[in-house]
Amino acid sequence: MKHISRKLLGAAAVLSLLAGPVAAAEKAEVLHWWTSGGESAAVAVFADQFNAAGGEWVDAAIAGGEAARAAGINRIVGGNPPTAMQFNTGKQFEDLVAQGLLSNLDTVAAADGWDKFLSPVLIKAVSRDGHFYAVPVNIHSNNWLWYNTALLEANGITPPTTWDELFAAMDKLKAAGVIPMAQSGDAWTQVLLFNDVLLGVGGRDLFLKVFQDGDVDAIKSADFLKVAQTFGKLREYGDAGQQGRQWNQATGLVVTGKAGFNFMGDWAKGEVLAAGLTPGKEVGCTPGLGHQVYWIGGDVFVFPKTDNADAQKAQALLAHTMLTPETQVAFNAKKGSVPVRGDVDTSKLDACAQAGLKLLATPDASVPGSDFLQTPDVLGSLQDVIGQFWTTPSQTPEELQTKIADIFAAAK
Amino acid sequence: MKPRFLRFWMAQLALAPAWLIVIFAYIGTIIWTIQISFTNSKVFPVSNYVGFTQYSRLFASERWIISVQNLAIFGVLFIAGCLVLGFLLAVFLDQKIRAESVFRTIFLYPYALSFIVTGLVWQWTLNPTLGVQQTMRNWGWESFTFDWLSRGDRAIYVIALAGMWQASGLVMAILLAGLRGVDGELWKAAKVDGIPTWRVYVHIVIPILAPMFATATVLLATAVVKVYDLVVALTNGGPGISTEVPAKFVIEYLFQRQNLGLATAASTVMLITVLCVLAPWLYVQYFRTPRSAS
Repeated sequence: MKHISRKLLGAAAVLSLLAGPVAAAEKAEVLHWWTSGGESAAVAVFADQFNAAGGEWVDAAIAGGEAARAAGINRIVGGNPPTAMQFNTGKQFEDLVAQGLLSNLDTVAAADGWDKFLSPVLIKAVSRDGHFYAVPVNIHSNNWLWYNTALLEANGITPPTTWDELFAAMDKLKAAGVIPMAQSGDAWTQVLLFNDVLLGVGGRDLFLKVFQDGDVDAIKSADFLKVAQTFGKLREYGDAGQQGRQWNQATGLVVTGKAGFNFMGDWAKGEVLAAGLTPGKEVGCTPGLGHQVYWIGGDVFVFPKTDNADAQKAQALLAHTMLTPETQVAFNAKKGSVPVRGDVDTSKLDACAQAGLKLLATPDASVPGSDFLQTPDVLGSLQDVIGQFWTTPSQTPEELQTKIADIFAAAK
Repeated sequence: MKPRFLRFWMAQLALAPAWLIVIFAYIGTIIWTIQISFTNSKVFPVSNYVGFTQYSRLFASERWIISVQNLAIFGVLFIAGCLVLGFLLAVFLDQKIRAESVFRTIFLYPYALSFIVTGLVWQWTLNPTLGVQQTMRNWGWESFTFDWLSRGDRAIYVIALAGMWQASGLVMAILLAGLRGVDGELWKAAKVDGIPTWRVYVHIVIPILAPMFATATVLLATAVVKVYDLVVALTNGGPGISTEVPAKFVIEYLFQRQNLGLATAASTVMLITVLCVLAPWLYVQYFRTPRSAS
């Protein structure tokens, strides 16, 4: 008995030695927060392409960006990192780079020639001190206005091109008894709306003065007050059911014709597609209402440092796969975003993406998103202030202006 | 028989693992947390000391002040509400009613749910466009309004209500056990003397139940200090920041907002507050008793 078990153990040990590396080869656990209908269809493109390239995609989806990032950072700090992990393009992973916890991607970047097809804004966003630390996978823009074409037609409204027209249109919808503007209760969507107003009413220069320079005088200016007033006026056009509503439910209200307008990033398109409709047709889109400015945001994947040679191989393969032209086109078509490569065929993308690309190609018509420019700490404080203003109808735009000025003054 | 000192050291040896856990896992991490709160750590702990900067930022933060106020409102309402409701339920169940065990199960059932489930159930029930308000309007009462969940000045009361709904059953179970322990002779004596029932409860039964009330209060108070999941599920701190609580402040600055220094400062303040509240109780428990007993 003893003899047999020892033999078995020996055999098992040999087998595991043989099988171990083979089974673990190119296996990549990828942590991300793409869980809504449109998002998971998009992430499936990555998984399929990676599996086709000889890898094995292990999906680790965690709903909610903040929760996913918290879980991922904990795992990295705790010494059990995922193979790859999602962040928003910007400063979110800066400390991980500073602590030397992320793999350097220079080899892959040089082999694939990233500097030839990535825009300078993106290269700056994913590299630190001249080294690449993240793979940008898409360009998202936050400042889109979505509207239900049929509902607008039925109420005799032409799609607005200025903020005054928007308010006039929403008054009509209000009188007709539909929700003028679908808004989610999540604080980040309120911040998104505020940034849309800042870009659309205040313009590119004001936005950059606030977020890039942290210019307190610019925040105290009359132009900024106008932004705060417009934002405050928008409070009158939401409905009572905002609290607890997710962004995709808010977009869903527009898709189903229960609400007229919704300010949301271009990922809302994924929801339109998932409902079997065509963006730009049943659900219309306007990038950058007012001052036509395109917000550059997006997602990146970082690859936590590991000593495991197989995991390193998987990381290199994944970084390469995510940026191949085929993957980029297929992924971004599903996700509703724009490819990070300037050299791919974009003619297959929908009408809304074409409008976005046109704006993106216009000089000085785009800004880096706030995640690029400020730390999560400052943005978090901003979120508290904006969320509070949005849900407290008695708060005045002047109060909002003072509070935002205080945040940037304290951050200096 | 072994020498006395040997027995002493054997006992200490057996206790050693427990001592190690207490010293390193509890006291050690507390000291480490306090140390970090004096640094300007972001995602990772660093030892760049900045004095009381984090604390002054903490108390200048409107969100923290609101969190503390909310904890006080929630704490008072939740503990008082649970004790009153739990006591009334226990008294009603103690009237030798039929199918008592069925009611007991029903009342205790909410406690078996996690705060997350409780939060979601109440979120859906009180959502003005889905829940009670809409139902009443659909039934024809067009002007019916109950929109506390979407009103910043009322939402914290909804959280207290949901908490009470969940925890009253527990208080009921504890107090019911206590009521069963009240001597039946007392009731007979009170009846002979013609004392009204409510006076028996107020002047005789409640004092007898004092230890049970103390147990229930301690259990509820710990739930108050660590309340987090209920808020996350029910309102996620909203509308705006009107229902934020300290535990949520700490978690958010710890992980999402990447500011360890501020988060640890907040948790140190929480620890000090809890110690201040506990100190009188500890004093009574451990220092007063021997004298009164002797």
